[in-house]
This record gives sequence, structure tokens and C-alpha cells, in this order.
Amino acid sequence: MTAVIEVENLTKRYRSTTAVDDVSFRLEENTIYGFLGGNGAGKTTTMSLLTAQNAPTSGSIRVFGERPYENHRVLSRMCFVRESQRYPEDFTPRHSFDAARMFFPRWDEDFAQRLIDDFHVPVHTAIKKLSRGQLSAVGVIIGLAARAEITFFDEPYLGLDAVARSLFYERLLEDYTHSPRTIVLSSHLIDEISDLVERVLLIDDGRLLIDESTDDLRGRAVTLTGNADQVDRFAEGRTLLHRQAMGSVASATVYGALTDAEQAEATAVGLERSSVPLQQLVVHLTKKTRSGHSHSHALAHPTPSSEVHS
Amino acid sequence: MFDPGRPLFLQIAESIEESIVDGSLAEESRAPSTNELAAFHRINPATAAKGVTALVDRGILYKKRGIGMFVATGARQTLLDERTKGFADAYVAPLLAEARRLGLGPEDVVRLITEHTGHPTDHSAHLSPQEAR
Repeated sequence: MTAVIEVENLTKRYRSTTAVDDVSFRLEENTIYGFLGGNGAGKTTTMSLLTAQNAPTSGSIRVFGERPYENHRVLSRMCFVRESQRYPEDFTPRHSFDAARMFFPRWDEDFAQRLIDDFHVPVHTAIKKLSRGQLSAVGVIIGLAARAEITFFDEPYLGLDAVARSLFYERLLEDYTHSPRTIVLSSHLIDEISDLVERVLLIDDGRLLIDESTDDLRGRAVTLTGNADQVDRFAEGRTLLHRQAMGSVASATVYGALTDAEQAEATAVGLERSSVPLQQLVVHLTKKTRSGHSHSHALAHPTPSSEVHS
Repeated sequence: MFDPGRPLFLQIAESIEESIVDGSLAEESRAPSTNELAAFHRINPATAAKGVTALVDRGILYKKRGIGMFVATGARQTLLDERTKGFADAYVAPLLAEARRLGLGPEDVVRLITEHTGHPTDHSAHLSPQEAR
């Protein structure tokens, strides 16, 4: 695999807060990433650092092997679609698309036109008069038609209604299939994008909690329900993400897959196993680190398989 | 729909296996391509490719250069054999576990199965003795 972005010990501090805290990761070419985390976790700050719209306090960023600051060679190969993109006063969508066509060398005008029709964007209306959905659509169209080698979508689809969002995912997949590139979808709605993303980066409170293949994460946690004593016996020695009890019945969500023997044993003692959807897993992991038990390092590299990435 | 708590590539492989087992995807016919699977299920093409590769590794599908993936001859029987092997774990073990909870012994389960298969359409026949109790 070829890395398009390499980040080492990246930190961004504002006066009293640390928005990004000693984060290291790499993004590979031709991969769709899910960049997850709650509001204020540090997603937007990280992306603005990577696209050189902001300078780090410390740490290093390499994009296509180069420093991105004021480096047009590198910047023209990246597209960052912000949730709250500002446009010049009196700009129309047409002006924005024309500007994008000049800036992005791989811009596809036919594709842009098709998307404009798909999303019903009024190209000659002043942007400040557009609805929230239309405004989001302008960003989405630029992000897709730019065909930049690295594209960041910072929750631009939040303004889109369900039909338009679904259309966005469909067009994104279609186009990615024909023109593979690196795409980063940032979101706090994990379930909606989990099928699209090959790898997940989870950031919380400025720290990177997870950098793993989406499919590996899907089998990573399990919930056991049944007799409280049996449940606790099974949970012992594992990373407990969540436990609740009602009378003599308990359910425990533990991190780490069960072996076949353990699965059979759980069934034999009458415990019910259920899988943990990604959204739920992320909520548990985020809560866990917030509650002070810092397992962040253990979780970032829980198995040898995650080393394959580096 | 897919189970959000299990690896997606496995579920993609299983959906193809299912089509082979139920006969809708015949042996020596062309299997859906990675891109078709990705578009149809709206999933990442790399995940779809991983599901297909898993089946190629097991000899269920094979690649014809420049044409695509095909279902291997004998694939259906292989899958049926595997499922038969897994049948006890997947169905008999939970059946016996539930029976134990209800206080039924293995011989009671055998009796129920015999009754059930003996009168597949006549449900009232084996329900009435219980209701009379």
C-alpha cells in the first residue's frame, strides 16, 4: 500500500484547549475512510491541519511525501468540503463550480453537470439565498466532481434530506468504483456510512482511539446476556465496555472476539450472545475513555492484525 | 439486510453461497462482479472484493481471465456438505439447550420431532394432548 498522507505526533493547542493531541496515522491511496467522533472531538481541526488551512502546534504532516503548507503542487490534489463552507458575497453556485474547475486539475465538468441536475441546484441563484440542503449540495458536487486524489467531506451531507443523502452515497460509490481515490467521510452518524468505509479512524477528545478495518471492528465486541454470575465469570479478565443487570440477569459487552471454544462454552451455560453494531461499539469506547479508565492505547492496537496497516 | 455487528465481507460471501445453494446461481455460471455487488448492496468495493476472494480461496468461485468470476463445478455439493457439518452446532445445540430449560430430555425432543414430521399439516393432533393437561 502507498500512503498519501502520513501524520506523526500531530498536536494542535489553542490557548487552554488541546484540539488534537499527539495523533499519528497514515492514509492509503484508493481507500474510503470513516473519520468518526462526536462534535468537538477534533475531526474538523485535524482535517484543516491536513489540508494546510491551519498550522499545527507540533508534529509532522506529509502529503504525497511533501509538506502541504503553501504548496500548490500538493494542495491542488486535495479537496476539503467543509460543513460550514463560506463563499464570497454574491457568489452563485455557478461561480463556485467555475472556480473549482480552475483549481482542481481532474475536475469533470460533465459529472458536475449531472450532479447539478441530480441535486436540483439552482446555479444562478445567489448562494446566500439557497436552502440548507441546496448549500450542502453545492459542497458535495464540488467534492465529487473535483475528483481530487484526496477528498475530505466534513459532514456536508448533514444538510441534505434523506433522499439527497442516499443519492450522495450512491454517486460517491459509483464514481469511486470507476475513479478510485482516497476519500475521508467525517461523521458522527456511523451506521449511515459504515458500509461505505473500508477503514475507521475514531477520534475523541483530540486523541485517536481506533485506526482499524471496519470489518475487523464489526466482530470486535460481543454482548453476553444471562445469569449474572455466569456473565461476570465470562467477563472477568476482559475489557468490559458496558454492564447492566436486572435482578439475577445481567448483560455485559466485552471488547475482543470470543474463540470458537468460548462461544460453545457460553452457549452451553445458557448465555445468549449478540453482536454489537458499530455505532454501539463506538459509543461504548468513547464513554469508556471519557470515564477516566484510559484504555486508549490498548484499544488503538488491540491485535497484531492492526499492525498490518503500518 | 446485513447484521451490523458481523464482518460485512463474510455476509457478502454468505449471500453468494446462499444463491448457489438455492440454485439461483448455477454452477459454471458467472457470479456477480465486485462492482455489481458493491453497487447492489451499496458497500465499499474493497469489502465486496474481500467476500469474493474468500470464496475463491475456498474453491467455490474461480476466475476466468478477463471475463469474471464463475461458480465452480461441485461448489453446491461442497456448500451442502459444510452446512450439514455445521447443522448440529447451529440448530441441534440451541434446540437441546432450550429443551433443557423446559425440562425436556433428549427422548422428549426426539418424540416431538417424530410427531412433527409425522403430521406436518395436522397441528391440532399433537397440540390437543397438551391442552387437555
